Amino acid sequence: MKFTPRILFWIIIVLTVMSILIDLPKTINIAYESPKIPLINKKISINKEITGFNSGFFLKPFNIKKDFIFRRGLDLEGGTSITLKADMKDVASDQKKNALESAKDVIERRVNFFGVSEPVVQTSTVNGEYRILVEMPGVSDVDQAVKLIGTTAQLTFWEDIGTQSAKLSSPSAQLPIGITSLFENPKKTDLTGSDLQQTTVSFDQKTAKPQVQLTFSDNGSKKFAEITKRNVGKIVAIALDNQIIEAPRVNEPIIGGNAVITGGFTTEQAKALSIQLNAGALPVSLSVLSQHAIGPTLGIDSLQKSLFAGIMGFVIIVVFMIVLYGRFGLLASIALLLYTLFVLAIFKIIPVTLTLAGIAGFILSIGMAVDANILIFERLKEEQRLGRPIDIAIELGFSRAWSSIRDSNISSLITSGILYKFGTGSVKGFALTLAIGVLVSMFSAIVVTRTFLRLIYGKGIRV
Amino acid sequence: MDIIGKKYFYFIFSLIVITPGLISLILWGLPLSIDFTGGSRLTFSFQKEVKPETLNTIKTVFKEENVEIATIQKSNKQVFIRTNVINQKKDTKIIETLQKKIDSFRQEEFETVGPIIGGETTSNAVKAVILACFLIVLYVAFAFRKVPKPASSIRFGICAIVALIHDILVVVGIFSILGHFFKIEIDSLFVTALLTVLGFSVHDTIVVFDRIRENLRRMAGSPFDTIVNDSILQTLGRSLNTSLTVLLVLFALLLFGGESTKWFVIALLIGVASGTYSSIFNAAPLLVLWDEWSKKKNKLSG
Repeated sequence: MKFTPRILFWIIIVLTVMSILIDLPKTINIAYESPKIPLINKKISINKEITGFNSGFFLKPFNIKKDFIFRRGLDLEGGTSITLKADMKDVASDQKKNALESAKDVIERRVNFFGVSEPVVQTSTVNGEYRILVEMPGVSDVDQAVKLIGTTAQLTFWEDIGTQSAKLSSPSAQLPIGITSLFENPKKTDLTGSDLQQTTVSFDQKTAKPQVQLTFSDNGSKKFAEITKRNVGKIVAIALDNQIIEAPRVNEPIIGGNAVITGGFTTEQAKALSIQLNAGALPVSLSVLSQHAIGPTLGIDSLQKSLFAGIMGFVIIVVFMIVLYGRFGLLASIALLLYTLFVLAIFKIIPVTLTLAGIAGFILSIGMAVDANILIFERLKEEQRLGRPIDIAIELGFSRAWSSIRDSNISSLITSGILYKFGTGSVKGFALTLAIGVLVSMFSAIVVTRTFLRLIYGKGIRV
Repeated sequence: MDIIGKKYFYFIFSLIVITPGLISLILWGLPLSIDFTGGSRLTFSFQKEVKPETLNTIKTVFKEENVEIATIQKSNKQVFIRTNVINQKKDTKIIETLQKKIDSFRQEEFETVGPIIGGETTSNAVKAVILACFLIVLYVAFAFRKVPKPASSIRFGICAIVALIHDILVVVGIFSILGHFFKIEIDSLFVTALLTVLGFSVHDTIVVFDRIRENLRRMAGSPFDTIVNDSILQTLGRSLNTSLTVLLVLFALLLFGGESTKWFVIALLIGVASGTYSSIFNAAPLLVLWDEWSKKKNKLSG
């Protein structure tokens, strides 16, 4: 099938409408108050919230459920980013990847419990070092965050195996502080935090004190039943991170797989403990390699300034193009406007996390998008000077400018590919926005502008 | 207009721009930020303009906490402090102490980069620039593989890279000077700017080269330097217009877009200007120079 300019035109219109629908925010607030109008001596004020548009509407047929929002990077939103190093020296080399992944899962769960919206948790391996990057938008209390992420909530259960064996069964295992005053010969049982199915905070019915309710998995219930069976009348100690939090005497075997820790907590402490236990223990210990906390006001300020700069940049280009190329310039400006709409829609769909560098990359790509049009128009003018009629000059302008547009854009794509590969954080964002910009700019310069020109100057409607 | 005839003049102009930067690089090096060296950076933001006494108070508090300040700068209502690596606890403690002594300020930013990460950022930046140059030579050589005699595609690639190195030297050199006199630092955003300049410069060079390729076919038989000169003139309008649009956009970013991207944009401005210059006045004339050299050599040997 050959695309005639008319069909292409309609495709462009459809793409534009879809992009606008995606670009629009979910709710638009219109608040306007006019100055006093003399005749009626009244102010007209409009204050309306349009909730209009649900992008799910036209995506429903494709079964895509997505909320389109701009993802903002930490530098625009404020927040904390922490790079952690996992200590793998006690982990078997074939297990390292797994350990890293499960550490990531644990952190992800903890961060989610912490109530962070849209956290980013990524793992990476650099020079044989295992790392986890955590980004938490909106979190400014780094102290608390680091504590929550990094704390190894290792829950262990201990029993006394008496005097029959003089040697410690596991000499390498660290003993919880103070356990020797309780037990003659303490032994760690095989029941750990990983046998937990769920933990909840409840309140003691008599004392109304907060307590953490443990529910074991099937396997854990069995282990727990075993332990309580062999220790009836004796003490079983529960330790959290080598700190004994409770040492109850077992009255009878507990079969149901439920236990309660009443450590004399405050409600907050009980909650935190529950979260830490629920999320599971970290399989490896972590240390902070780098961290970056950005205050929220700084972010908003940067965002507003960059957006304004972007709009100014756009206006400048439009004026410049119209001054240079007259009517062609106007068409190119319309193509540029569509380009902006397309790119923003793609940013929302992927979604691309927008950072300051990313916005700069985007604004720069507008400049590069214009370049394709300038190349074409300069060529077109040249062909016209050689005495070619306008419709032929248009076709020649496009076909002859194509090779330089292609080659120069491919080299830009190569650079953005390398930036993406080697960059971290903001540099990656920049590379991605630049690459998207370059690709879409080729489409807008070649397809959109050409279609407009063909429709206006095409056969039959010759001016 | 005869650009090729005056090619030595343009080469000398490039040298005049690059040399001071090179000298500065040798004398003072590049002012690297904690992104590369590792360390901590704290940004405090005040309600009123920062007084010199406040700076002194800050210095004393850091001293009491045994934290060595590498640099401390103020700009209107903000104070930027760079220290060796400190952790969150230390930071919190310093802030608490400061809050008792100075009123109405808050910490806008706290960044710590461990030395390992810093070293990696440096090596990644160097790797990225080298790899980018290498791949671009390959691509240009590939894209121009069918270029008619007397040119050869590898020459196109190498001349494009010479133009690239020119631009890198201009930007890095100027930033070495700026760093020495204005106390600015080079961070990972600067590397981004540098790579963008690379992309842009090749972009520009390819447009000129593309025209040379076309004219080599169209004007077959004409002397090589005439073809190159004509190609430069034919693409001059486009080169200048594109450069101007990009520069205008960058000026908009510089004027309206916040403090945090200021030096990033300045690096781009310098780089784009240099990229346009080098593609017109260095890359293409170099092709001619190379052609002349190889002809001379042939004459001597033959």
